Amino acid sequence: MPDERIDYYPTHEYQGFKLRRGHPIPFGATLVPNGVNFSIFSSSSTSCTLVLFEKRAPDPMVEIPFPSEFRIGNVYCMMVFDLDVENIEYGYRMDGPWDPVAGHRFDKSKVLCDPYAKAVGGREVWLQTPDWNNSYQYRARLAFEDFDWEEDRPLEIPIEDLVFYEMHVRSFTRHPSSGVKHPGTFAAVREKIPYLKELGINCLELMPIFEFDEWENNRRHPESGEVLVNYWGYSTLGFFAPKAGYAATGKLGMQVDELKALIKDLHRHGIEVILDVVFNHTAEGDHRGPTISFRGIDNKTYYMLTPDGYYFNFSGCGNTLNCNHPVVRSVVLDCLRYWASEYHVDGFRFDLASILGRDPVGYPLPNPPLLETLAHDPILGKCKLIAEAWDAGGLYQVGSFPAYGRWAEWNGKYRDSVRKFLRSDPGQIGELSQRIQGSPDLYFRRGPTASINFVTCHDGFSLSDLFSYNYKHNEANGENNNDGANDNYSWNSGWEGETDKPEIMSLRRRQIKNALTILLLSQGVPMVLMGDEVGRTQNGNNNAYCHDGEMNWLDWTLLERNADLLRYARLLIHFRHAHPVLRNRHHFQHRDYVSSGYPDISFHGTQSWNCDWSFYSRVFAFLLCGKHAKQGSMADDFVYAAMNMYWETLSFHPPSLPEGMRWHVSANTGMSPPEDIYEIGQEPALRDQANFLLGPRAIMVLVGR
Amino acid sequence: MPFQVSSQITNEVAKFTLSGELDASSSDIFRMEIEKIAAQKPTRLVLLVKDLSFMASAGLRVLIFAKQKLGTDVPIYVVSAQEPVLDTLQKTGFHQSVHIVSEYSDPI
Repeated sequence: MPDERIDYYPTHEYQGFKLRRGHPIPFGATLVPNGVNFSIFSSSSTSCTLVLFEKRAPDPMVEIPFPSEFRIGNVYCMMVFDLDVENIEYGYRMDGPWDPVAGHRFDKSKVLCDPYAKAVGGREVWLQTPDWNNSYQYRARLAFEDFDWEEDRPLEIPIEDLVFYEMHVRSFTRHPSSGVKHPGTFAAVREKIPYLKELGINCLELMPIFEFDEWENNRRHPESGEVLVNYWGYSTLGFFAPKAGYAATGKLGMQVDELKALIKDLHRHGIEVILDVVFNHTAEGDHRGPTISFRGIDNKTYYMLTPDGYYFNFSGCGNTLNCNHPVVRSVVLDCLRYWASEYHVDGFRFDLASILGRDPVGYPLPNPPLLETLAHDPILGKCKLIAEAWDAGGLYQVGSFPAYGRWAEWNGKYRDSVRKFLRSDPGQIGELSQRIQGSPDLYFRRGPTASINFVTCHDGFSLSDLFSYNYKHNEANGENNNDGANDNYSWNSGWEGETDKPEIMSLRRRQIKNALTILLLSQGVPMVLMGDEVGRTQNGNNNAYCHDGEMNWLDWTLLERNADLLRYARLLIHFRHAHPVLRNRHHFQHRDYVSSGYPDISFHGTQSWNCDWSFYSRVFAFLLCGKHAKQGSMADDFVYAAMNMYWETLSFHPPSLPEGMRWHVSANTGMSPPEDIYEIGQEPALRDQANFLLGPRAIMVLVGR
Repeated sequence: MPFQVSSQITNEVAKFTLSGELDASSSDIFRMEIEKIAAQKPTRLVLLVKDLSFMASAGLRVLIFAKQKLGTDVPIYVVSAQEPVLDTLQKTGFHQSVHIVSEYSDPI
């Protein structure tokens, strides 16, 4: 029985379609009784037409001009009744001035995708050749909000208790060795949850999963002929729509359900989901790029423009979204609220987030309204907010990102410090001591939870490559090796690239374990890059953004071939979970405030209580007093880590423990498996409680109980 | 093959027999059938889908509607689903909200 509420009763008709003045809020296409409410903002257009298509049809079934009385302020809003909502796609034509110098680029010949589209058609199957002749490539669709979440809700695990795992959805399971039913999809990630669970990670950070076009800027490598694509997806088309090509059900239009099912299942297994979101630019590029959405809707509002109407390029991708314009701010806020409430995501990592703190002409704002708004938004109140605190325009804000008591940061300084220490650079001990404490020098008032620690991420070398290459090898990207970072602080361990020399291979494995050990023992929040736990290589490519192939795909045979690395990573992650003294919410005070006889943290060298801070020192050790765990609120063991980045074996004297306690060996990266790490509770006692030898470039972890 | 649905309710067990393709063009028929049966307050819903060859998003929506309309206390059994239908239920996670069985017997 149709709903006949008078406020949803048609008052107008156009070519047989029944209409009524719509609601201006919410923006986008919203299901209402017996129809759909369409609402879109444009401040400078002169008129707007709603264009309706049957799904996948090249030509519209109707184009309905918004009657002038359906425009409220700068918002066109209209209800259309009796639509077959499962089978329609929609877009808009905006008429207005073409005056680039004044910032206007209206073109009514273009059908524009709704920035609020909840689903987007046109790229439903990954890398399926599109119909290039279709004039409407990215086609707004409706989505239903009827998913059966049962009791699910965001997990709200304290951030200091998380171990992040940065994952590319397709790369995780696309390799033939993954053994999943639908490789490269959300459904396939779900199949692999047991692996993640066993590894011990409890937070997935997904590289972009908003709708993007993998065909964007596609080209063939001039020599190899390989098709290079927009593989990583840092180029958003639809901020409210999941990437249909990542869904096994994308061709059936069920990508929304499939992604929600993944999130629900991850939550069921105690794993949070953080989305990597890209609000700094869009897929429309600069003035030479396609008109997809924002450019044709209200160019001057949505983009940062130079005085002569060109696009500021603080993103390095052609344009910059004008995020501190109130209207754009609302888009960002609406988007995040939508993902938090409708998809139950647990937080967001903001790509090139420093851009979000720039004013409309690019100057950094002292009090950026967008960042403040997000920090204080009630719906996002429990979400993790994480900034990549720099941009391509030279703004670098690690340690100084406007945080409002909420924001955490990818700590790029942590990455660089650990890398330099691991390759035995001199002069690193002082900085390293800060980094392993959660960088109090950077986050004194914010606490260690502001620091997302990582040694590797999608940008740059994989962990295996970090110890196999001195130089980037990006020739396969077809840019003459000019792309990608040059300051990698890597060391090839004695040979550039692949080798069969046992001593080099052994050193590289040890270095991978060393890096993981420092990462998992540091205060702050550790992030592991997908595949680093099994020694995934990109063959020296440190910018694999364009490769849909072995370079990015996780080879699941590595789980067997590098079983010792996987075992080491797994036990180390579980070690972190078992020891709250590694997961403090507040900075150390360097004093004994629980009457334990030990300060919360103390620093040591080869001799206990005598750390060598000198320039040429490559030795560092620290002791965490278990009685201070979580500021003295939890009981824990003592944890001691000794790091020897000298190229010779050294003798260490660990600090004495309280009466009745003994040192036990949790890990020693200088030993061969299985003596490199032990299960919790199975750690053997240290033979000589006062002295041990630690091999070159190795780390020893002891627990005192 | 066009979609067909028939239903009966016995001892508070509602049984639907579905065949053909359940897509946007046919989902309204199924939905109306669900609404008709729901009014009789069944305590169990059984979907006999051996001859259902395909289910689109619209079909999934009706299943979700049925679950929400009848409430979580009313278990839903999906019986003898063909591989494409089963696959769709699994990929979208809906298999966790219903009982997927190969055969069905009424409770004694």
